[in-house]
Amino acid sequence: MFGNLSWSAIPFDQPIPLITSAVLILGILGVLGLVTAKGWWPYLWREWITSVDHKRIGIMYIALGVLMLIRGFADAIMMRTQQALAIGAAHGYLPPEHYDQIFSAHGTIMIFFAAMPLVIGFMNFVTPLQLGVRDVAFPTLNSVSFWLTASGALLVNISLFVGEFARTGWLPYPPLSEATYSPGVGVDYYLWAIQISGVGTLMTGINFVTTVLKMRCPGMSYLRMPMFAWTVLAASLIIVAVFPILTACLAMLTLDRYFGFHFFTNTAGGNPMMFWNLIWAWGHPEVYILVLPAFGIFSEVFSTFSGKPLFGYRSMVAATLFICIVAMMTWLHHFFTMGSGPAVNTAFGISTSVIAVGTGVKIYNWIFTMYGGRVRLTVPMLWSLGFIFTFVIGGMTGVLLAVPPADFLVHNSMFLVAHFHNVIVGGVVFALFAGLEYWFPKAWGFRLHEGWGKAAFWFAFFGFWVTFAPLYILGLGGMTRRLQHINVEEWRPMLQLSVVGVGLIAISAVCQVTQLVVSILKRDQLRDVTGDPWDGRSLEWATPSPAPFFNYAVMPDVEGEEAYWNIKQRAMETQQMGPEPTYHPIEMPVNSSVGFFTAVFASIGGFALIWHIWWLAGLALLGAFAGFVVFAWRDVHEFEVPAEVVAQVDRARRAARDAFLARLRAAEGEPS
Amino acid sequence: MRTPHRHRRAIGRRYRLAVAAPALGLAALALAGCAGGVLDPAGPVGADDAKILLDATLIMLAIVVPTILLAFWMAWRYRASNTKAQYRPEWSYSGRIEAVVWAIPILTIMFIGGLIWIGSYKLDPFKPLPAKTPPLEVQAVSLDWKWLFIYPREGVATVNQLVVPAGTPVHFSITSGSVFNAFFVHQLGSMIYAMPGMVSQLWLQADRPAILLGQSAQFSGDGFADMEFQVKSVPAADFGAWVQGVRAGGAVMDQAQYTRLARQSQNEPARTYSRVDPQLFQMIASQKLPAAPGPEPQNPRHAGREVSTGGRN
Repeated sequence: MFGNLSWSAIPFDQPIPLITSAVLILGILGVLGLVTAKGWWPYLWREWITSVDHKRIGIMYIALGVLMLIRGFADAIMMRTQQALAIGAAHGYLPPEHYDQIFSAHGTIMIFFAAMPLVIGFMNFVTPLQLGVRDVAFPTLNSVSFWLTASGALLVNISLFVGEFARTGWLPYPPLSEATYSPGVGVDYYLWAIQISGVGTLMTGINFVTTVLKMRCPGMSYLRMPMFAWTVLAASLIIVAVFPILTACLAMLTLDRYFGFHFFTNTAGGNPMMFWNLIWAWGHPEVYILVLPAFGIFSEVFSTFSGKPLFGYRSMVAATLFICIVAMMTWLHHFFTMGSGPAVNTAFGISTSVIAVGTGVKIYNWIFTMYGGRVRLTVPMLWSLGFIFTFVIGGMTGVLLAVPPADFLVHNSMFLVAHFHNVIVGGVVFALFAGLEYWFPKAWGFRLHEGWGKAAFWFAFFGFWVTFAPLYILGLGGMTRRLQHINVEEWRPMLQLSVVGVGLIAISAVCQVTQLVVSILKRDQLRDVTGDPWDGRSLEWATPSPAPFFNYAVMPDVEGEEAYWNIKQRAMETQQMGPEPTYHPIEMPVNSSVGFFTAVFASIGGFALIWHIWWLAGLALLGAFAGFVVFAWRDVHEFEVPAEVVAQVDRARRAARDAFLARLRAAEGEPS
Repeated sequence: MRTPHRHRRAIGRRYRLAVAAPALGLAALALAGCAGGVLDPAGPVGADDAKILLDATLIMLAIVVPTILLAFWMAWRYRASNTKAQYRPEWSYSGRIEAVVWAIPILTIMFIGGLIWIGSYKLDPFKPLPAKTPPLEVQAVSLDWKWLFIYPREGVATVNQLVVPAGTPVHFSITSGSVFNAFFVHQLGSMIYAMPGMVSQLWLQADRPAILLGQSAQFSGDGFADMEFQVKSVPAADFGAWVQGVRAGGAVMDQAQYTRLARQSQNEPARTYSRVDPQLFQMIASQKLPAAPGPEPQNPRHAGREVSTGGRN
């Protein structure tokens, strides 16, 4: 009846997961209870869960990403403290089977369920606004994508309480991940969580390639798109190219585990090396899926807060597309030590370091964007400058790892761990925090508190270096990664210093939460009245904050690069807004619950497959298919926003901007 | 409760003595972080690897440091409150600067590319080391979670202990009896994967007598953390004596013994085998001997908690 599921799956003998799960379950029940008691369900259902508005979906992605970032950080705290404690005769507080789950979960969660949702969240929230359109190409598909990602995250977190998670690392290398060596459900949790969320990501990629290629407002030619939109296009192209590889690769491992196939087994003609090639043919481009939109965010921030156009825009576009293509030709550098021979290693070593050309050009272009500017050292700008420092060093250690003989010494060491955190935290996470600060007013109508944001930055910046500089040193000292227990006494000081860094990062996290709370409390003082709080340059700042669900009352007509900057300059020169346009009714897509229900069925189906509850898996598949049928046969898919409503929203926007212009006139009129 | 390996303590003692030695003085203290690490090589391969690592770092630092300084200077010089700096709100293109910003990374990478090309061929792990003396042949097998070393010419075998003559190249043939691992003696140089059904080659050499740490550098399961072996580089003259001592007594490494060894266990003490089945390595590498069984929950030495194996075991 329940397949392999039995009470033995609950870790009653393991206090850490048990207590964590109990607290989590109580917390979730508490939140659900509060929502029920306050009667918020209809609002949540109507405005969020079934919403197909790209901004709402983007915000939900970001919320999911932040939650998972906290979960992944909790894992990180346990890893660093375990290593600092389990030295010599001491064995710390995490036995191997638990520690191995933690580092596997840390990597899986941070990449798939923290970084990816956060990056895709920004893609969702920002791209249509920047392109001057009202939604993405496939709004309902977008909702399905989000909910499938959430479903994957749910499955990973269920593994904390029911069964176990993979103990095979964030990429389940066979033969270790094959049924012989990992008979537990951990790898199955990994496989189904990633498969389900991977489908969501692939659909996001398709959606955004289509959106950027086909959904730009009049006049928004390719070379007038903001840099962020370019990076979204590049990242989406990579998604479409490589996520199918991930799906196929994991499907083969699934067949091995469930039906005794021999794709990657070490017997009967299987070849584990093929898995390594396939997974990294996805895995390395994945890094660029994350980092290209991050580069996009930095481009927006540097330009806006320097009060200047981005230096060398076309060069930046070229560098982005260059990275987009070369990213797919470097995967083998993840296993130079497999002994592929000098010719192969040389080819992949050079292709890897060639990426640094594209990245290097970008770094210089950001620096020269500041040249001749009026640089405002706001919170997003601090993250961006911190990024340049951190990322340049991370890039350097990356090129170092691309030199095969050097890699032979530090591959799979703590040096490698330090390197990829150096680029992913310093590159992606710093960008996400800059982006949160930058676009927050557009989402909620008020800015985030500056002081707490600066505190969060400084603690994160120093915390990062205090955490990871010791890991570089440990790697050079010969320490390999993923050690649950350490036998070399000399590594103790650096391991302990690293824990101090984790403490600083924890303080930064507290500052971030405080910043959010303080900002909500002081939202009236921090209100963004005009919709353009940073003196922005791209179209999203032409909308009021928060942006209305239809984004633009009238489709913008773009006449050059930096669309909104030009409109704004014209208004300031003539000291008035353009004439009021004629308002027409707007067709918008109706809400749809198909995404939510698909994810419910996917979660049930995934869970059933993990525990071999075949009848339930069949029912879930039927349910998901039924959802698709119902959606495909819908009669109404759009509704009309009356012209009066559009006019009302837009007149409020114009009034706010008129008031701003009036203040400007008054200020100029005064003798200085 | 497990106990740490003895050889770790030996390394530690050596390390502390070296640092305490007054002759080394302050410089040694400054280098303490590096002692015993990959930048403190004990053989030619490690020395060449480390040299390339340092060369590449220096080449890049020449670019990286000025870039970071330029970024900070730019942000500070053109801060909004600095009225002396000229504001050029429209300036966003300069062909000359573009040429320079593309040229700097391209030239750097051409440099590094050359280093990669030459280094990859020069330090190919499969490439024999030049030497007048014939190399020592060692066959290494990674198991859950210990290392088996077979000396085919000497006809002896060891577990978790590798004794090599200093100054003689060692040719390793490396395979795995279970999952992937990486054979790594970081002070000797290059690591390489141990893979089931395949044989990797690695040439290393210790220049001086030393006790070194050997590890697996590829995560291989619950017992991975303590999957270490002691590498003892002894004077060439002593090596023969060691082999004689091993031959004098102890168990025999044959197929039955191997099958027992292949079962999962952790923290295996170093030990030796007086004779070895000459076909054993080939049998393992060609998988004529079955692969290691993996977790056996009924085995009292089994590590960790298995959740609902679903009849797979």
